[in-house]
Amino acid sequence: MAPLLQVENIEVYYGMIKALKGVSFEVNKGEIVALIGANGAGKTTILHTVSGLLKPKTGKILYNGKDITKTPAHKIVSMGMAHVPEGRRIFSELTVLENIKLGAYTRKDKDQIAESLEYVYERFPRLEERKNQVAGTLSGGEQQMLAMGRALMSNPDFILMDEPSMGLSPLLVSEIFDIIKVINERGTTVLLVEQNAKKALSIADRAYVLETGLISLSGDAKSLMNDNSVKKAYLSE
Amino acid sequence: MEFLSYIVSGISLGSIYALIALGYTMVYGIAKMLNFAHGDIIMVGAFTVFTISTTFGLPPIVGIIGSVIICTVLGVTIEKVAYKPLRQASSLAVLITAIGISYFLQNAALLIFGSGTKSFTSVVNIPMIKLFDGQLTISGETIATIVVSVIIMIALTLFINHTKPGKAMLAVSEDRDAAQLMGINVNTTISVTFAIGSALAAVAGTLLCSAYPALSPTTGAMPGIKAFTAAVFGGIGSVPGAMIGGILLGIIENLSKGYISTQFSDAIVFAVLIIVLLVKPTGLMGKKINEKV
Repeated sequence: MAPLLQVENIEVYYGMIKALKGVSFEVNKGEIVALIGANGAGKTTILHTVSGLLKPKTGKILYNGKDITKTPAHKIVSMGMAHVPEGRRIFSELTVLENIKLGAYTRKDKDQIAESLEYVYERFPRLEERKNQVAGTLSGGEQQMLAMGRALMSNPDFILMDEPSMGLSPLLVSEIFDIIKVINERGTTVLLVEQNAKKALSIADRAYVLETGLISLSGDAKSLMNDNSVKKAYLSE
Repeated sequence: MEFLSYIVSGISLGSIYALIALGYTMVYGIAKMLNFAHGDIIMVGAFTVFTISTTFGLPPIVGIIGSVIICTVLGVTIEKVAYKPLRQASSLAVLITAIGISYFLQNAALLIFGSGTKSFTSVVNIPMIKLFDGQLTISGETIATIVVSVIIMIALTLFINHTKPGKAMLAVSEDRDAAQLMGINVNTTISVTFAIGSALAAVAGTLLCSAYPALSPTTGAMPGIKAFTAAVFGGIGSVPGAMIGGILLGIIENLSKGYISTQFSDAIVFAVLIIVLLVKPTGLMGKKINEKV
């Protein structure tokens, strides 16, 4: 079976700076794939390029067999791909419910939207409690939940998560990762970018290690966790 | 009673500033640019009404509708042709382009209509009312301006807060990338914003020239700058800020004309702006800008 996402040799520039120097990887249906690496390695750049916010100079991105290299970001959403960006990027001046509803912007069927809303509330009961609160007043953990709930509202087949653990307490990090697992078990494929490599590898099926714009290592998560160079560089052992 | 009459006419003038300021503030909020050609859209709007209703003699309502349509198309076209290619350019390049468009519109009007001042026929057909035994007279234009502006502001507020394109505008103004990730088409949203702003400018131009009937290619320049001042005064990017800023500015201008000096009224208006910016740099309703480090 062809992979759900196939990234072929993409090069991405910020002005004159080459951020990705020919990156290829794939994500199969049903997997959790982690991208790990140091700050500035290009993890976020990869996600931005996949979801269409950045355009690669060379290379190709296939999603569900379709070439989406030149598709604008807003059209990719309705193809079943959602992106939970780094730093949550919630609309802080809108209420929690308004944020969640914006997640369903591309959908028309009211009943299905209501169903998704129920699912999001079930997953994140705290969002329902705070639905009329202005999103900027939420705590960091709640904002992360809101960003994830908002992304789920598009009923995605594939979800990109950028640093979901950033700035959260260890307890919350575990909670967030449990939810990612549940989302995956319900049939959504996940591409996860994390600095918390240990956590990421613990839930991922496969992983890629990124070093200054290049993939240096890849394999299934368990074997990477036991890889000496990974241990030394990313698992602080 | 004199005071009251200054206030009423100030609210009326201020409502026109507010309508124009809304165009500045919405475009700034969503496209992150200062559209200095916005004032000249007012002039185009007024000339369109003048041409349709005075030159061709069609009823004023036809003139107004025609003017709204032409300004909307013009505003969207300007955005597509002049500003959209500069989406990734520096804000200075966009600003200079906007000033260029402003000169272009003024000179195009000069070419078509000549430099002479035209006498605009008021589109308002409401009798003036006299209150307090005739001590306070309010002109039909004043009443119409206030009523029309209030209706437009309520409608706009409802549109922004309760419709999908309105929500998209709020989302784009707060975070363009995150809005795209929701599936919002940023270019469409920017076009909608220019369309609304330009339609409001057409209405403002018609109301302005009905109250102050002198029409020339530079008619839009001064009200444009004052409305920009009002938008900054209220907090640029804020819709309620533009409304409040515009009305306050109109009242301040009229009170200075009445009690201090007609010649100095503009200077006083701009001095108020300077003071507000010194005390509260983000304007009355402006938000604190959190730069991401």
